[in-house]
Amino acid sequence: MAHAADAAHADHHDHLPSFWRRWFYSTNHKDIGTLYMIFGFTAGIVGGLLSIGMRLELQEPGLQFFSNPQAYNVFVTGHGLIMVFFMVMPTLIGGFGNWFIPLMIGAPDMAFPRMNNISFWLTVAAFALMLCSLFVEGAPGSLGFGGGWTVYPPLSTVGHPGPALDFGIFALHLAGAASILGAINFITTILNMRAPGMTLHKMPLFAWSMLVTAFLLLLSLPVLAGAITMLLTDRNFGTTFFDPSGGGDPVLYQHLFWFFGHPEVYIMILPAFGIVSHIISTFSKKPIFGYLGMAYAMVAIGVVGFVVWAHHMYTVGLSLQTQAYFVFATMVIAVPTGVKIFSWIATMWGGSIRFTAAMQWAVGFVFLFTVGGVTGVVLANAPVDRYMHDTYYVVAHFHYVLSLGAVFVIFAGMYYWFPKITGYVMPEWIGKLHFWVAFIGSNVLFFPMHFLGLSGMPRRYADYPDAFAGWNLVSSIGGYVFFAGLFIFMFGVVYAFIRKEKAADNPWGEGATTLEWTLSSPPPYHQFETLPRVIDTHH
Amino acid sequence: MRIETGRRSVTALSTAAVALVLGISEAWAAAGQPSPWETGMQEMVTELGQSVSNFHTYITWLMAAICLFVLALLLVIVARFNENKNPTPSKTTHNTLLEVAWTIVPVLILVAIAIPSFRLLREQLVPPQADLVVKVTGYSWYWGYEYPADQGGGFKFDSNMITEEKDRKPDQPRLLGADNAMVVPVGKVVRVQVTSADVLHSFTVPSFYFKVDAIPGRLNEVWFKAEREGVYYGQCSELCGNGHPYMPIEVRVVSEQQYAAWLTEAKQRYASTDSPAPTKFATAQ
Repeated sequence: MAHAADAAHADHHDHLPSFWRRWFYSTNHKDIGTLYMIFGFTAGIVGGLLSIGMRLELQEPGLQFFSNPQAYNVFVTGHGLIMVFFMVMPTLIGGFGNWFIPLMIGAPDMAFPRMNNISFWLTVAAFALMLCSLFVEGAPGSLGFGGGWTVYPPLSTVGHPGPALDFGIFALHLAGAASILGAINFITTILNMRAPGMTLHKMPLFAWSMLVTAFLLLLSLPVLAGAITMLLTDRNFGTTFFDPSGGGDPVLYQHLFWFFGHPEVYIMILPAFGIVSHIISTFSKKPIFGYLGMAYAMVAIGVVGFVVWAHHMYTVGLSLQTQAYFVFATMVIAVPTGVKIFSWIATMWGGSIRFTAAMQWAVGFVFLFTVGGVTGVVLANAPVDRYMHDTYYVVAHFHYVLSLGAVFVIFAGMYYWFPKITGYVMPEWIGKLHFWVAFIGSNVLFFPMHFLGLSGMPRRYADYPDAFAGWNLVSSIGGYVFFAGLFIFMFGVVYAFIRKEKAADNPWGEGATTLEWTLSSPPPYHQFETLPRVIDTHH
Repeated sequence: MRIETGRRSVTALSTAAVALVLGISEAWAAAGQPSPWETGMQEMVTELGQSVSNFHTYITWLMAAICLFVLALLLVIVARFNENKNPTPSKTTHNTLLEVAWTIVPVLILVAIAIPSFRLLREQLVPPQADLVVKVTGYSWYWGYEYPADQGGGFKFDSNMITEEKDRKPDQPRLLGADNAMVVPVGKVVRVQVTSADVLHSFTVPSFYFKVDAIPGRLNEVWFKAEREGVYYGQCSELCGNGHPYMPIEVRVVSEQQYAAWLTEAKQRYASTDSPAPTKFATAQ
């Protein structure tokens, strides 16, 4: 994706900075977006390789690849943290957000270009710390932190005396600081820099989704920062926030963590909602159905998302009334989510749909997200969650919404905006082949996990009773297929750069109505030097 | 997901065949542990567990119907609204009735889920009077059980996973069998009080439906009434470090006579492992 330079230069009289200045001191939102995408993809490969390690281990009962379950748990933890903080968030928010928010709202750049640069490089530093954490001592006599991405004490305090988790905590602090700066940047940009005539109610849905996401980041990350700072002082300076022997309580950490952690899952999926809306509308050649409902459904999901956190904690011993409240609040979220699913379907209904690669990924997302969503409704019910909690059913659920939700949209977005970002056309068959490989692979990978969970297999197990062997083998095979699909994508990118077939300004036709398609492909180094005026509403 | 009864019997049959070939008794098909290629919940042996299982079947059907409905709509869209079949797109972007409908209908579905859900929640969390209390303590990486003195106990013991193949009884699967099982009488309300001595653990027996976290500094409780004698297994369900997969829970539900006999035997057997006298704690009031 390191690209645009010559094309932008050719059709614009911009003065481009030198390579070093351009990519290392970058303040240009498109360059930073590109950097985020490359970073997110790289981190995704690392996280993906960790999961391949896990699937190899789980392919059959017994320990084959790991010397002990602790080493396996280090992989589990690394996979979770890397995928959440260094793959999905940087790609969706940093990558697509930086690239397309200014373009879509008709702004020349982000509000704070230098802060944008700091956000990116802090994320890189955070990732470096996270990788360091894998190679220093955690639990006595072993490397890395193996306490899960939730970092629950006391396993994360007395259970891991070595410095591995301190590296991890600093990594999260830096990544969190980067995200908060990014969130401030997005909020300021979206609220102040929309083109004349673009009111909030005419703003593209991706911008809406990023606005809501940015507020979620701004409000939830400080709570995580507080929680992990308390953990840091518990570990190193003798405080007892989470230690009952000094009057603390491990459950307090869980409340703080999930107060961040639950909005975090919406942080990962809301930008995806925005992107999918554009892809579906573009290829159906129809404006999005129920635009205002779509926008405010996201606002509702964001708001309600803050008051449902303890549905992750039904087994910690909450009172009847507390559990009843969280069951109720959690199920409420299904309503705005349903509005979104049905509005996407209604957008396609009556359309004249071109099933491009991007559209196939988007339609696949709608179905698979529904599957992941309904298992969420099952899990919302504390009485059944008491059976399913911490089993593979939960793993299946959140991979359906994240791996088959957010990740599918990342690829949908990549195939949709590839010509705009690079200026080159990627042949459609590549994206379609990738879609089918990923669709089959991911379902074979994650669907059997429902069965494993129902039959009682707990999460984070390196070895399991022999009865679970069958579905685990199926699941592992699906995992390898899903992973192999990545090579199709990589091939497609390289192939497009070799072929150098120039993309039109708007390769998708009349359905593509957002402002980025009015610019050249790739867009000039600095766009909208004269602000566009938004006259008609296309909603 | 108990939708595939046909499949279940096929599974049971093939399982039986495999068991016969390998000569490992009928351990597999038994309740209280997972079986190969299982697609639903483990067989429930408590009334509450049966309710949980029925409730789960009910919502799974509802959810499956929703998924199939969405899938059907998408298939119609693929068939009817592709650019070849439908070259001119409609311009409809609003339909108030439809939008109200897809807000109200999900609300009604959720109400239909919430009502039995709240009832079940109440049954789970408002325990009946207990006949027996057992205190369970999670350690890294084994379980400790204490039977209070005022109900015929007054001893405690540790329960470790059996690591050597030769030590396992024929009905004890790998990773599930423990050296000392928790023993309770059939048909009695058992209150389990759970805590931890170090990091978090989680005590669960899928066949009884429940799961409850073992948290240092807290005493959580859960109750069950097993309706059938047998051996029921669970595994630690909160990540606790290296031995997380190696601290199984084995509960043997026996007749009242056998339980009385076991109590007498256990009192002698575990007398030596007894450090300070086990605390006497809130029992069946």
